[in-house]
Amino acid sequence: MALSASVVAGLQHLLGPAGVVLTREGRLTYESDMLTLYKGMPDAVVLPTSTEEVQAVVRICREARVPVVPRGSGTGLIGGATAPQGGVMVSMTRMTRILELDLANRCATVQPGLINLWLTNAVRDRGWFFAPDPSSQMVSSIGGNVATNAGGPHCLKYGITTNHVLGLEMVIGTGEVVSVGGKAADRPGYDLTGTMVGNEGTFGLVTAITVRLLHLPEAVKTALASFASLVEASEAVSAIIAAGIIPAALEMLDDAMIGAVNAAVGKVYPDGAGAVLLIELDGPRAEVEAQAERVAAICRERQALMVTVARDETERALLWKGRKEAAGAVGRITAAYLLQDAVVPRSKLPQIMREMVAISKRHRLLFANVFHAGDGNLHPLICYDDRKPGELERAQQANEELLHACIALGGSVSGEHGIGMDKAKNLPLQYAEADLNFMFRLRRVFDPDGLMNPAKLLPSHPACGEGFRPARPTLPAGTWV
Amino acid sequence: MATGTDRLAAPATLDDIRSCVHCGICLPACPTYRALGEEMDSPRGRIYLMRAVAEGRLDVTETYTHHLDLCLGCRACETACPAGVPFGSLLETARAEIERGGRRPLRRRLLEAFIFGVFPHPHRLAIVLGLLRRYRRWGLQALVRRSGLLRRIPPLAAMDALLHDIPRTDGAPPEFLAARGRALGRVALLTGCVQRHLFADVNHDTMRLLALAGWDVVAPREQGCCGALELHGGRLDAFRARARALAATLPSDVDWIVTNAAGCGSALRDYGHWVDEDATRRVAARSRDVTELLVEADLPLGSLPLTVTYHDPCHLAHGQRVRTAPRALLGRIPDLAVVPLADSDLCCGSAGVYNVLEPEMADRLLALKIARIVETGARTVVTGNPGCLMQIARGARARGLDLELVHPVTLLARAMRWEDR
Repeated sequence: MALSASVVAGLQHLLGPAGVVLTREGRLTYESDMLTLYKGMPDAVVLPTSTEEVQAVVRICREARVPVVPRGSGTGLIGGATAPQGGVMVSMTRMTRILELDLANRCATVQPGLINLWLTNAVRDRGWFFAPDPSSQMVSSIGGNVATNAGGPHCLKYGITTNHVLGLEMVIGTGEVVSVGGKAADRPGYDLTGTMVGNEGTFGLVTAITVRLLHLPEAVKTALASFASLVEASEAVSAIIAAGIIPAALEMLDDAMIGAVNAAVGKVYPDGAGAVLLIELDGPRAEVEAQAERVAAICRERQALMVTVARDETERALLWKGRKEAAGAVGRITAAYLLQDAVVPRSKLPQIMREMVAISKRHRLLFANVFHAGDGNLHPLICYDDRKPGELERAQQANEELLHACIALGGSVSGEHGIGMDKAKNLPLQYAEADLNFMFRLRRVFDPDGLMNPAKLLPSHPACGEGFRPARPTLPAGTWV
Repeated sequence: MATGTDRLAAPATLDDIRSCVHCGICLPACPTYRALGEEMDSPRGRIYLMRAVAEGRLDVTETYTHHLDLCLGCRACETACPAGVPFGSLLETARAEIERGGRRPLRRRLLEAFIFGVFPHPHRLAIVLGLLRRYRRWGLQALVRRSGLLRRIPPLAAMDALLHDIPRTDGAPPEFLAARGRALGRVALLTGCVQRHLFADVNHDTMRLLALAGWDVVAPREQGCCGALELHGGRLDAFRARARALAATLPSDVDWIVTNAAGCGSALRDYGHWVDEDATRRVAARSRDVTELLVEADLPLGSLPLTVTYHDPCHLAHGQRVRTAPRALLGRIPDLAVVPLADSDLCCGSAGVYNVLEPEMADRLLALKIARIVETGARTVVTGNPGCLMQIARGARARGLDLELVHPVTLLARAMRWEDR
């Protein structure tokens, strides 16, 4: 679908020639987010710098019935920032300012394109940090984090993005600018902030975000424990949680991932281990010391091959660098992969690990694991060669089998990456027809014309038009999600 | 013309392209992405475009060429990349392909013809610099500046401003300087093209310091250009010829080949990749930045009460992964205070001849760099690459700032108590 001349002229008049990308070469680079399996080239990319410009873009598009797709840093893993129906992609990369730092009230207001880590960098010297830390935090935008309700290693203790968003300003699908929430601890009326976080652009475009900032903890201790296999490591995770300890982060990597990471950042994890656990404890010094000893003892009881503690900030930073760059480092072992984001109850980790090994063997595919073990949130990277006929299909089959296994154990289809194009079809596994229909109607309140990031998040068929009919039976009531 | 293997679609090159998993960790490290916020002017976007060309989804168009030409080749993305994508060599291959296609505007082609016809030729460069000296002495410069010609031809303006202070003489360094005391071994100095003519004192100081550090130093008089500019411009056959010639000129029995210009050192280290022969591989393996050798020595350094900041040349920090040696050396000078520079490894816009070819983007990056330098409060900026030295000095001059730009070697020589050894 090409844009009409009047839409193009309108956008160019609004943003100037440097604010509108129309060349095929330029648009091509916007056809995918990190998950390049999904492609959808926009008809134009616009780069606004203010709420007013975003609003004007949405109005132009609404008038011409053109889809609008938001994009932050393009690090999503669900095909969310792609334009499968064409239209205008709104890049937030020129809206990167910190609008207000209000440390007295423990919060900051930022533009959506601001890189997550840059917020912490701006306040760390003064003893503060922004807690949600997706592994992409050195590049992903806070707007993107809000859109997908992103998690991260430290969300085990600190909660996910939605727990840190106090207020939002948003241009919704009608072209109106609405503000919800705010600095005050409680707002009368509906919790619309909570409703909007995780909307993946289907309600509209977030243009300002007020987030909570936290004090840096007094002490941090980061330990590395290695195990013969994922199963033993998983048992240690269950034991730590069962002992009543909530680490700041509890991350697991398997041997394939250890190899890739060691190649990328130097030998940070022990070679030859089947799995490593990265365990971080933070809080008051005395508590951290005591917990560290207990955690080490639990790991040894569970047949840890080795338990070491980072001696200084440099060693700690290196352990985390390996973890945070893992998904990129996998480029050293494969050119293409699928990434699962399913969740199981923590207690079921050892069981799902055994099933995963079986699925991997059955389909003769390499699974590289790096995940938030403490949350039970799996992230196997299912490696395949896109040049070998049939291998993608095998990987997709393995991916589906693993997802169903997680659901059967009482899990959820997604932990933190979001739904996008990748998991919309899986939602009926988890939600009843009435639930999905209600979500669909809610979406239409914000986006009456169905132009805001269409074909994402909710399963729909172009022919349906109205409402939604799930294809599969729903889960029994009380299933853990 | 480039040879048959210099194609993005060549199997080994395509494998390198495919090792990019589109994670985007390179984005914040990229100067042009930082300036524009556009995917096609980021490393990830450029690799995506190269892949589209390699896989036949995209032709080598003028727009494609523009996005690759706007890349500084600073290789900050390589430092950031967890997958180890060799962006620098991919860019050079892509540019070789563009060279064959000839899709650049006439203005740029003329400018390139001039640059590549002069800079890699020390003798021709000497002639041009001689003319420039006269141009200045006879008052022609003032005339040209008043004429408004510079405003209409930005690359001319960039060159005019860059070559503000042309030293009176070239002053070639001695061909040999013996180690003081018992020699640790023998090293050869690459004297460089721009370095030789515009920063002759840096070569002199390099030799004196190396000799003091215990090395016999040779500086062969007839050495040619290392070919760095041609490599980065995708003129791979010309580059290969220079690499072979230089490898044949430099003595094969030295322990190290020392460079003091980051751009040259980085090119030398890539010799083995582009010319897989014994002599070129040897040069690549033995190439070291001068700071890497000096940091191992116990130099008698005296007090130098000065506040400085350090800017990482891209081709030292990213191209050669040398970051700690220069800083460690500065840290050893008594009474010298080194204030950290924010974004110290973000390109200043010099990037070889980039500031002449893409003056607009170069100026944006220069403005960013100057702003960061001003934040430090330091009046002296230390950096080990002639391009950065000239570019930042030009930026300071244009803003009326009193900044001194020095090579680390210059500062060390100044702090040195020569008589103590």
